Amino acid sequence: MIERITDVLIGNGLLFAFLFVGLMMLVSFWVARRLLGGLIPGVALAILLGLGLAFTGGRKGIADYPLFAGMALLGGSMLRDFAVVATAMGADLDKIRHAGPAGALALLLGVTLSFFAGAALALGMGYSDPVSLATIGAGACTYIVGPVTGTALGASSEVLAISIATGVVKTLATTILTPLLARRIGLNDPHSALVFGGLIGTTSGVAAGLAATDPELVPYGALTATFYTGLGCLLCPSLLYLAVLGLTG
Amino acid sequence: MTIYGVALLALCFLIGKVSGTLLGAAIGIDGDVGGVGFAMLLLIVVNAWLQRRGWLDERTTGGILFWSSMYIPIIVAMASVQNARAALSGGWLALVAGIAVTVGGLALVSLLARIGKPDQPPAP
Repeated sequence: MIERITDVLIGNGLLFAFLFVGLMMLVSFWVARRLLGGLIPGVALAILLGLGLAFTGGRKGIADYPLFAGMALLGGSMLRDFAVVATAMGADLDKIRHAGPAGALALLLGVTLSFFAGAALALGMGYSDPVSLATIGAGACTYIVGPVTGTALGASSEVLAISIATGVVKTLATTILTPLLARRIGLNDPHSALVFGGLIGTTSGVAAGLAATDPELVPYGALTATFYTGLGCLLCPSLLYLAVLGLTG
Repeated sequence: MTIYGVALLALCFLIGKVSGTLLGAAIGIDGDVGGVGFAMLLLIVVNAWLQRRGWLDERTTGGILFWSSMYIPIIVAMASVQNARAALSGGWLALVAGIAVTVGGLALVSLLARIGKPDQPPAP
């Protein structure tokens, strides 16, 4: 009996995911309003709950359990990007135009500084060969730039794992820290959101962090963040790797 | 009709993705460079153009706004399918580096946001 019910739920995975996320949000908004008195936004709590659930699973988070496989479709990159594009309906082209130069500079600085900060920390923790330094530095950009760079340069699988982990930590840290620090860093208008997206770059982290801060800012942050990974994949294995080679002699 | 809005959104999305992928190939990256960004800009422009001509009725817009409002639930689902354990498997280096670059990036937001900001009121 239970098995048959589970089979139906697994067979209709995406729809079960709609129901499950709906329940997650219901619980989160109730707790946020009733128990926490609005201290933490309901959206932020729901995202935290999602991350918590992800820890119970493996490589695909909670979607590693067959019952929750539909969550990978609902939360996968196709529907995420589709919804992100749809948020552009509320965006103001003039504001984007004003922030253009700042956004472009933020992108360039975001990739370069993340790369060198990551590489410097790796150096401090005992790695000295340029390939490992560049791979870990690239991982500090995003968890996609890391393995792309590492594979191109021929890094060891241990270093690749660290590089990917660094990017994942960045995504999680952005999700959690953005709503907490938003007011202090002046992240409160489309202009600063564009800069924020360019500096941080992890699309999932930027999207989730802004959603928890102020959903109105999401399209602006997402707009610049979407260029970050591409720019990182372009610069890290080439120009920035050569810079590391030069610096390490 | 609602489906016109959804179809328009899908059209912008796909054109953006294709241009991003072609741009990636042009600069030698096997991936999508800014596809979502192109799609967003395209949607903004097309939306403004259609609105001016009065070709967008409420239902068509509704097809797009529905997906826009599904954004947060999708992000919640996305959070739950992250490879969260990998974050811990990289040891201290991954943990320290990941958090350090995030805090560093956040700290720079207010500095860079001053560039080109129209008539900014003085900071409190």
